[in-house]
Amino acid sequence: MVAVTADLRDSTAQAPRRGLPWWLTGASEMARRNIRQILRSPQLVMFGLIQPVMFILLFSVVFGGAVEVPGGDYTQYLLPGIFVQMVLFGSVAGTTMGVAMDMQDGIMDRFRSMPISRSSVLVGRTLSEILRTVVSLFVMVVVGMIIGFRFLGGFLPAVGGVALLLFFGLALSWLGALIGVSASGPQSAQQVGLIWMFPFSFLSSAFVPTASMPDWLRVYADHTPMTTSVDALRGLFTGTPAGDDVLLTLAWSVGIIVVSAPLAVRKYGSRSR
Amino acid sequence: MPAAVLASGLSKSFEGRRGVVTALDKLDLTVPEGTIHGLLGPNGAGKTTVVRILSTLLKPDAGRAEVFGFDVEKDAWRVRATIGLTGQDAAVDRVMTGRENLRMFGRLFGLSKRAAAARADELLQRFDLDGAADRQVKTYSGGMRRRLDLAASLMARPRLIFLDEPTTGLDPRSRIQVWGLVRELREEGTTILLTTQYLEEADQLADSLSVIDHGRVIKNGTPDELKAEVGPDWVDVTLVDSADFDTATEVLRGKLGVEPVVDLEAMRVRAPVSDGDTIADMLYPLKDAGVAVSDVALRRPTLDDVFLAVTGRSGEPASNDRTRAAKGARIPTKGGR
Repeated sequence: MVAVTADLRDSTAQAPRRGLPWWLTGASEMARRNIRQILRSPQLVMFGLIQPVMFILLFSVVFGGAVEVPGGDYTQYLLPGIFVQMVLFGSVAGTTMGVAMDMQDGIMDRFRSMPISRSSVLVGRTLSEILRTVVSLFVMVVVGMIIGFRFLGGFLPAVGGVALLLFFGLALSWLGALIGVSASGPQSAQQVGLIWMFPFSFLSSAFVPTASMPDWLRVYADHTPMTTSVDALRGLFTGTPAGDDVLLTLAWSVGIIVVSAPLAVRKYGSRSR
Repeated sequence: MPAAVLASGLSKSFEGRRGVVTALDKLDLTVPEGTIHGLLGPNGAGKTTVVRILSTLLKPDAGRAEVFGFDVEKDAWRVRATIGLTGQDAAVDRVMTGRENLRMFGRLFGLSKRAAAARADELLQRFDLDGAADRQVKTYSGGMRRRLDLAASLMARPRLIFLDEPTTGLDPRSRIQVWGLVRELREEGTTILLTTQYLEEADQLADSLSVIDHGRVIKNGTPDELKAEVGPDWVDVTLVDSADFDTATEVLRGKLGVEPVVDLEAMRVRAPVSDGDTIADMLYPLKDAGVAVSDVALRRPTLDDVFLAVTGRSGEPASNDRTRAAKGARIPTKGGR
């Protein structure tokens, strides 16, 4: 019994730690958890690998001959659009569903009853979702290159484009996290929380030039961050000027994070079932 | 030394679909350190709400609560570092293995990597999970998941553990296993606040009890005090032939020293028994006297009986299809908290 008593006194939990190292431990543990979930889930293969390849092949075969695009090469035009759309269907959908499932699951209650910074939980998740994008981006680039896509703008712009895509994806994942904590459960998250991705990605320059759209729609389609980000990537990957679109995409990303991250963290903290 | 839990005047209502529902109504609660305290009550009585407030998940509308002297609202951070929570659903990650879960929770509680790994191994062994430690939790049985859940709350050796209906939905073997673990924790000096709908569970584990109904504590006492209030166990002897009533009554009267109650319609003779009387004590004399018996059952007092004794009414008003098992009768309810 002596040993047991000593054991209890040795409790590390009596003096809770705070501060940056503590916050980083929380965020990195949450990130590791999410990475394990991503790697062990069949959804990675389905939505991270099969779906992007399917979209690339469908769009390039079905629309490739019919759509007139600037530069004339539809594959070169299409790929950046698919990249951004697959970020939505991958990381952003993953964050929304993951957060919504956690809220339902009871594991969030455990996290919230522990001395963990509430922001670190969500930061760990949104950051680790980048992994999903990296995996599917790699597959998309390989498939794209097979059917004729090339990084024509050189090495540095290509790297910059990938970085921009990841950052934009991170911003949208925060939006996904906000939707996930706001949803009443995984089912409503799936029904309501993901459906916006279709109009959001298609009402843009991602698949066809906006010039072909009716005027009233162009007002939206020319200015949506979807168009801005896709055009920025096109510029960087094709070697055409992209300066304004890159800056605008960065501004959108920062704006989305600044608005949705604090709201998501607050909602996560105050949520009571 | 402050009490492990000190709550006074806790009130909480929720906006429900049918208007405002009062979950807690000026509830007072004291739990001394080192004891197992049971919150006993039907579904919707407010047990879970008490646990959620004390574990900092929910803010009370009124009243205040302290855990080891730390205010659950103002000092939530320190409270969180002191407690472990095991809720109704197993709050562990299904995709990760048991070992990964425990290590993660250990790290999140502030243990070093090495300490978390060592503590995880120790708990896996102690909770009889070492064989399944490296399997994904989704392959676990309900009992294994519940044990892992309990182990997760113990990673940082909390001084106070909340067990919110820890055995609901478990098979009897797993239930007894969890009870054993809970007793061991108390031996080590951990304070435990247990909520349950089972009188037997409260009786088995708790040093003291609060019976909760409609968000208030309606009775405090030890399990023995409550049982004394409810009355003793009863034996029900069902006869085959109504001609045996007199003999059976006589045998039971002689054996138990009390006057049995005869229920002609149910073909049954009933009598209160005292501690130590077993079914065999009654069955053999009846057999010797030539009484044909179709059933003998020892009916333990249920939570329902406690409610009847304490409040003068049943725990669940609108329910007539209640089936009472001999042990651990559960009151059927209709959701809500």
